[in-house]
Amino acid sequence: MAEVERLLGLSMIGILAGGVYGLLAVGLSLQIGVCRVLNITHGEFLMLGGVLTFTLAGLGINPLLAPVIIGPLLFGIGFLLQATLFKRIKVRAPSPAAFEGNALLAAFGVMYIISYLARLRFGTRALPSQYLTEGVPFVGINLAVNLIVGFAIAAAVGIAVYLFLTRSRLGRAIRATAEDQPTAELMGVNTNTVLALCFGLGALLAGIAGTLISMRTPVTTAMGFNNTVIALIVVTLGGLGSVPGSFIAGIIIGVASMLVAGLWESVLIVPVYYAMLMVLLLARPTGIFGKK
Amino acid sequence: MNITRLFTAHRRPLLVGFLILLMAFVFTFPLYGGAYPTRVLTTMLMYTVLAVSWVMFSGTTGYMSLAPAAFFGIGIYSTALLQHYLPFPVIIIVGGLISFALAVLLGLVTLRLKGIYFTIFSFGLVVFIGNTVNYVEADIFGRHGWYFDALDRATLLYAMLGLAVVTVLAAYFISRSRLGLAMQSIGGNEEAAEHMGVNTTRIKVLTFAISAIFMGAAGVILAPSLSYSNPSIAFSVTYSFIPIVAAVFGGMGQLHGPVIGALVFGFLEKTLRAQLLTYFMLGFGIIMVVVILFLPNGLVGLASMLRDRLGGVISKVRNGSDGEQHANT
Repeated sequence: MAEVERLLGLSMIGILAGGVYGLLAVGLSLQIGVCRVLNITHGEFLMLGGVLTFTLAGLGINPLLAPVIIGPLLFGIGFLLQATLFKRIKVRAPSPAAFEGNALLAAFGVMYIISYLARLRFGTRALPSQYLTEGVPFVGINLAVNLIVGFAIAAAVGIAVYLFLTRSRLGRAIRATAEDQPTAELMGVNTNTVLALCFGLGALLAGIAGTLISMRTPVTTAMGFNNTVIALIVVTLGGLGSVPGSFIAGIIIGVASMLVAGLWESVLIVPVYYAMLMVLLLARPTGIFGKK
Repeated sequence: MNITRLFTAHRRPLLVGFLILLMAFVFTFPLYGGAYPTRVLTTMLMYTVLAVSWVMFSGTTGYMSLAPAAFFGIGIYSTALLQHYLPFPVIIIVGGLISFALAVLLGLVTLRLKGIYFTIFSFGLVVFIGNTVNYVEADIFGRHGWYFDALDRATLLYAMLGLAVVTVLAAYFISRSRLGLAMQSIGGNEEAAEHMGVNTTRIKVLTFAISAIFMGAAGVILAPSLSYSNPSIAFSVTYSFIPIVAAVFGGMGQLHGPVIGALVFGFLEKTLRAQLLTYFMLGFGIIMVVVILFLPNGLVGLASMLRDRLGGVISKVRNGSDGEQHANT
C-alpha cells in the first residue's frame, strides 16, 4: 500500500511540475510554429526569468510579482530579436529551408550571447530564491505550496494564451500567419508585427516558467540548455502549434521524470524522454495533437 | 611584372607549395614547439576535422545535425574500451566504423523526417547517449570514468594531421562527385531532386554516415591526450557546437572556409586565458550573428570581398582614370 501511495505522490508531483514544462513548450511552439525559427535560445530565456527573479527577490520583490517586471523585458527582447535579426535573415534567405538553417545558426549565436552575458554578471553558482516552500500533505507525501501555485499559474497563463489564440482578432491573425503567410499578408495582416509578437510572447512565457522554476529549486546561469532540450521534446511530443498538446505532453514528461527518478535512476530521465520521442516520431511525426 | 599577376597566373603550384610548407611546419612542430603548443595544434586540427565533416553533410544538404558530439564521444569510448587490446591505428578505424554504423542506423530512422524534426532529434541524441552510457557505466559496472594510456604527443599530432588531410580530401572529392551533386540538389530543393530520380534518403544516410566516420576517428585520436574521461566529458555538447561555430565563422560555401574557421577558432579558444574565455565565447556569439546577417560566406567571403575591393582600387590607381571601367574584372 505504501508503494502505491508513493507512486501516487510522485505522479502528483510530476503532474504539477509538468504544467511548467507545458508553459515553456507553448512559448517554443509559437516560435517554431509561427516564426519558423528553431529557437534553441528558448531555455536561456527561462534561465533569464529565473536569474532575474533571484535578483528581484534580493531587492525585496515577491517572486509572484517578478513576472510583472521580467515579462515585459523579455517580451521586448524577443520582439526585437524577431523584428530585427530573424526578419532580416528571412528577407535575405533564398528559400524557406535556407531560412530555417540560417535562423538556427543565428539562434546559436544569440544563445552564446545571452548565456555568457548572464555568466559574466551572475557567475555559475546556484542562486537560491525558493518561495512558498512549506508542505501540504497529500497521500503520504508533502507537496510544496510552490508546486501547486506554480501549476495554477502555468495553467492560468496557458488557458489565457489558448483563449487569446482562438478567440481574439489578433489570435486569428497569428493562426492565419502560421498557416499561410503570403495569403495572410494579402488579407491585410501585418505579418512582421505578428511574427515579432509571437516571438516576444514565447520569450515571455519562457520567462514566467523560469520564475516558477526558481520558486522550486535554485537556478544557475547554466540551466538554459537542458531546458531547451526538454522544451523541444515536449513540443515535438505535443505537436507543433497545439497549446493543449503542449500542456498534456508537459504533464506526461513531468510524470515520466518523477516516476523514472523515484523508481529507477535519475540519470535515466533524459534517455526515457528520448525513447518516448523516438517512438512517437517514428509512429506519428507530427506529435500527439499536431496537424498534418 | 607584379605580384598580383604572379599569383593569379601560378595559383595552383603556389597553393600546393604553400600547403607543403604548412605540412612541413606541422610535421616539425613537436621538435621545437613544446608540449602545450603541440596540444593546441592538435586541437586546432581536430576542430578542422569536426568542422569539415559537419559541413560535408549539413552544409550541403541543409539538414542541421547537432549530433557530432555523439560520434565524437563514441570515438573516445572506442579508445577507452579497446586501448589494451588493439593497436592505435586499428582503433582509429574501428572507432570510425562504429560511428558509421550508428549513423546509418540513426539516419535510416530520422532522415525521413522533415528538417526541423531531424535537428530536434539529433539535438537530444548527444544527451541521450551520454546519460545512457553514464547509467550503464556507473550503475551496472560501478565504474567512474576511464584513464588513457599516455601516447607520444608527436604521434597524436601526426595522427590528427593525417585525419585532417584525409577528411579534407574526402570532402573535396565528394563535393566533385555525383554524390556531391546529388547532395547539393537536396540542399537546393529536395522535392525536385527526388523527382529527378535522386534517391534522397539513401544519399542523406550515406553522407551522414560518412561524415560520422571522421568525427568518430577524431574522438579516438583526441582521447589519449585527455588522460581521463567520463561520459559527461566524452559526450559534452560542446563538441556539437564547435564545428558549427567554426564552420559558420569560416564560411561554409567553400572547402577552405571551415578549415580556416576551425584553425582560428581553435587557436583563440586554446590560447586565451581562462578569464578571457567568457568574453571570447560572448564575442563569438556576436560574431556568429554578424556573420549570418552580413557575411553569408564567413571569413573567407570577407577576404575575397576585400580582395575584390582592394584589387579594384589598385588597378584604378595604376591605370589612372582609364582603368576605371576594368576595375572589377
